[in-house]
Amino acid sequence: MTATDNSAPASAGRGWSSELRRRAPLLAGVGFVVLLACLPLLNISIPGILPTPTYQPGAMALMSLAMVFAALALSYNMLLGTSGMLSFGHALYFGAGAYGLGIALEHLGVPLWPGVLIALLGGLVIALITGSVAMRVNGIPFAMVTLAFAQAGSVLVRRNASVTGGEEGLSLNTEGVPDALVGVINTRNLYWACLVMVVVVYLVALWVDRSRLGHLASATRENELRVRVLGLKPNRARLTLFVIAGLCAGLAGMAYMLLQSGTVPRAVSADLTITVLVMVVLGGVGYRWGAVLGGVVYTILDQRLTVLAGSDAIDALPSVLRIPLSEPLFILGTLFILMVLFAPGGIAGTVHAWIDRRRHRNARDEGLRELDADASANDEPVEVRA
Amino acid sequence: MSTLILILITGVGLGALYFLVASGLSLIYGLMHVLNFAHGAFLTFGAFLGFEIARRIGSDTWWAFAASVVIGGVVGALFATLTELALIRPLYERHIEQVLVTVGLALAAVALFEGIWGSDPIYISAPAWMNETTSVFGAQVPNTYWVLMAAATALLISLVVFLRFTRFGMIIRAGVENRKMVTALGIDVRKAFTLVFAIGGSAAGVGGVLASHYTGYVSAHLGSTLLIFAFIVTVIGGLGSLTGAAIASVLVAVLQQFANYYLGGTGDLIVVVALAAVLLVRPAGLLGRTA
Repeated sequence: MTATDNSAPASAGRGWSSELRRRAPLLAGVGFVVLLACLPLLNISIPGILPTPTYQPGAMALMSLAMVFAALALSYNMLLGTSGMLSFGHALYFGAGAYGLGIALEHLGVPLWPGVLIALLGGLVIALITGSVAMRVNGIPFAMVTLAFAQAGSVLVRRNASVTGGEEGLSLNTEGVPDALVGVINTRNLYWACLVMVVVVYLVALWVDRSRLGHLASATRENELRVRVLGLKPNRARLTLFVIAGLCAGLAGMAYMLLQSGTVPRAVSADLTITVLVMVVLGGVGYRWGAVLGGVVYTILDQRLTVLAGSDAIDALPSVLRIPLSEPLFILGTLFILMVLFAPGGIAGTVHAWIDRRRHRNARDEGLRELDADASANDEPVEVRA
Repeated sequence: MSTLILILITGVGLGALYFLVASGLSLIYGLMHVLNFAHGAFLTFGAFLGFEIARRIGSDTWWAFAASVVIGGVVGALFATLTELALIRPLYERHIEQVLVTVGLALAAVALFEGIWGSDPIYISAPAWMNETTSVFGAQVPNTYWVLMAAATALLISLVVFLRFTRFGMIIRAGVENRKMVTALGIDVRKAFTLVFAIGGSAAGVGGVLASHYTGYVSAHLGSTLLIFAFIVTVIGGLGSLTGAAIASVLVAVLQQFANYYLGGTGDLIVVVALAAVLLVRPAGLLGRTA
């Protein structure tokens, strides 16, 4: 707003409006975060979406979980959206955060903050090692290798029951955690903690996208050969991004651990990675707000569909309808297929395309389609030999 | 000594099962560059319908077993063909979206199977012979392993014969080499795509029925576990190489069995370590074409 002071009186009006337009996303973002921060103090009921009014623990827990997954989806979008890496092992780093914090609190007996640091360090090491091996290959083989690593992590967690609690899961040792973050009464504080976490992850994602690193990664997504010819090192940029995304996923995992007072092996499984992939694609690959929206929409849909599955209305239906409708994952999977087939840009991509068409500008990049053009350009025929 | 032989033979048997799943994956990837996450769903569906048919005929006779294998193969092929026509074909040349569609299909299909057959494993019965063991140099080898090996060998031989000596096999090999050229010669390569999906799905369906006899039960998650090992096998063997997949299946499974016995049940981890080692030394896989 102060920019108007510097501009000449004649162009004051235009300067002010363009300044406003430039800052509008920032203002909207800050406003939105402030609104979210105030929600626990307000009594707003959104029937059909939130189970309780916003000031009660039920709604706050659901919103916090939605924020955890929004952060996870944001971190995944750094991989898939910014640098075009299709990873099927992202849950490994989420699990590393959750289990790392849990183990540090349980077995090392440290307070919360050193525990967070230890978990972050652990996640860093895991991401560095697995990332540098997986990056020996590109594209689809990369997806398979990351999947294998996550599977190994999942096996490790299930096997070493003395450390991780095995199939039972690991519950949070609350000794080192500040009292303000423990228990249902303090769901509000946990909600704010999750909000801070998601804002931090968003800022990291924003920084990555605007930084030299992010530009290099997305240039590599477009044309790796060209980046190499220019004398740049695409693999180092991609590995750095992979590690940053892993650390952000770890942060989300720690928030999950605190929020749920524990974690189960599912936090490391391939299922979770696929869930995140679904979130990002639903929201729109390559759009930060799309990833956030995808995470929130998925979490709420999943929760609501589970409630719907147990309802009497569904029970009364004939079995041809009842069985599919009582499986939330069936509905989400079908929705996902339809999105990929008919709206490949996801929610954000579709909205942006619509806005752009209205503005009669050239169509902007549509995340996935561009990734694909790139993938097929790099394709080399693979032989089937018998 | 007998332990060693037992581990070796069961390893080869498990490798045979991996090959039944991995062969289809490798063929599909080689020709179409599609990573098929729904392959596990083909397998599970084949296993469930095979189980249903065997239960109706009387599950401990050889007839029921044969019928379940045939049904598994047919169902797998049909499911795969439908998938190719309805979901993969509209997205030709858009590889990431094709992967995503198969991921969605796998999610939806597994959820549907859970809805229909429940989430608990259903234990199945087999012809009496398959529950017995055969003595080989003192090692008591369960007979299921022989069935697995026979099935995988038959599949490998018929695939090789098909690819080498039939017209469709020739089109598939040519399509892999240079799809544009084949199209320019007036041959519809897309038929070959559907065919490859059908073959892969059929192998997965048969694999599903046999896997259910190997584990002793059917469950909605039968396919997902096997699929991950099949992925590892295809990457180690070299994507698109059928022989590579066959060799890697046996190597991986034998390694896994040995680690499970001698290194305190660390088989799954050893397999992943082996994958990392192969990638570090030969990123294209054992028999993969070097990029």
